[in-house]
Amino acid sequence: MSSFWSAWIIVLTLAFLVGIIWLLRWNMTNYTGIKEGELMDHEFDGIVEINNPMPRWWTILFWITIVWGFLYLALYPGLGNFAGLLGWSSSNQDVRSLEESKQATEAAREAGLIVEYDRQIDQAEEKFGPVFAALSERSIEELSQDPEAVKIGQRLFIQNCAQCHGSNAMGGKGFPNLTDDDWLYGGTPAAIKQSLIAGRNGMMPAQSQFNEQQITELATYVISLSGRKVDPELAKAGEANFAVCAACHGQDAKGNQALGAPNLTDNIWLYGGSQDAIEETLRNGRNGVMPAWKDILGEDKIHVISSYVYGLSQD
Amino acid sequence: MSKNIKHDFVEKRVGWLAVLMTIAISIGGLVEITPLLFQKQTNEPVIGLKPYTALEMEGRDVYIREGCNNCHSQMIRPFRSETERYGHYSLAGEHVWERPHLWGSKRTGPDLARVGGRYSDEWHYVHLMNPRDVVPESNMPGFPWLAENTLDGELTAKKLEVFRKFGAPYTDEEIAGAKAAVQGKTEMEALIAYLQVLGTGLTQAK
Repeated sequence: MSSFWSAWIIVLTLAFLVGIIWLLRWNMTNYTGIKEGELMDHEFDGIVEINNPMPRWWTILFWITIVWGFLYLALYPGLGNFAGLLGWSSSNQDVRSLEESKQATEAAREAGLIVEYDRQIDQAEEKFGPVFAALSERSIEELSQDPEAVKIGQRLFIQNCAQCHGSNAMGGKGFPNLTDDDWLYGGTPAAIKQSLIAGRNGMMPAQSQFNEQQITELATYVISLSGRKVDPELAKAGEANFAVCAACHGQDAKGNQALGAPNLTDNIWLYGGSQDAIEETLRNGRNGVMPAWKDILGEDKIHVISSYVYGLSQD
Repeated sequence: MSKNIKHDFVEKRVGWLAVLMTIAISIGGLVEITPLLFQKQTNEPVIGLKPYTALEMEGRDVYIREGCNNCHSQMIRPFRSETERYGHYSLAGEHVWERPHLWGSKRTGPDLARVGGRYSDEWHYVHLMNPRDVVPESNMPGFPWLAENTLDGELTAKKLEVFRKFGAPYTDEEIAGAKAAVQGKTEMEALIAYLQVLGTGLTQAK
């Protein structure tokens, strides 16, 4: 803050406080020449005024607030650039990036200032830091067997993942079920953790090169892959065009985890397995996005969530 | 009446009473508001902040029209209990081009100051159509008409221009292309585009 605005604040604040003291003292002095408790010499429609002083409890409270005000302004930031005797502030508001925020935290720590928010974080770090550090040293497989870690993982899952995958992790249309051991990008601990850290972007392109008849045939063929009963002629016709699909889903239609292309033979459907739903998928394509969580949650928490998710499909 | 009763002066002169009262109640604003209008902290954008694109701007207007700010705040306070859930606390520099700001004051739903990038577009679509499809315990209303209403973009360029007057650094090309950028898009697309950019100026700055 420039010294002009700092001075502006200090002068106005202190002048106001002094003004209040003057006002209070002025109102406490009896300058009427009339004794306390006696009638003032005016009257209106039979209503009279008695010269009573302000209540003592009230003036005492007023004095306390004034003293409180001065104490507060001495201890805490309030008077312009004066930081207060305690060196206390609530947060780093004067920063323009996450980097500057970190620097401000460091600078305040070195100068011995108290930044209330950073103090909260430090206290939490002291309490939870060692817990997460210890958890991150252990393997995801091991954690998935540890009831304590599972509990922590579940809490984090409910808070951050349940919005899409559901609080029972069984997903919904467009949001994968995490309990069925069917994985778009792999179900190894490392693959799960990678999905959480960097996110995933699944892209099923719209098959606009096919006409409606071909879409119906192709969808019928796709349904037949998981052993369901279909019109064999339609399926046969659809098979002729499956080569396009095989590029991602594989010649055997068992999918490709490197691309996030689902297995089409297991009768598990992310966007629905009805004739209509599959036709819609073919017609319009699908775009499944798993957001990246590294910057939001940090690697230690992701490690614990990964173990929880991994454990969901292990028995 | 005794001539000594000095506060008679203002009790009998309403003009003076008004002047003195105005001075008394102005002090708080003069001390707490006026200096902020001239601070770097409140006028300088955070590094990496971008003004809303034409589509995001239209989405913001949908957000206002539907009253999203009645139940969702956009202000993460500097408490660990908030930053653990929402991310870094809000900074003044993130809101320098907001007219009006949509900080809100009520959280029936969660804070949205950093909702950008947190969910997929698909999730927002499903959630806005009927929130209970993805969050069974949600009491948020659905907004299915947003998927049907399309934007004509008649006023989009004007909106960007007004914001440029307030200091948002739009280029002439952006303003000229504003109508084309939103025409035919649904309000749903606009709102999702807006939601997906919230808070990312700070967290995804390169």
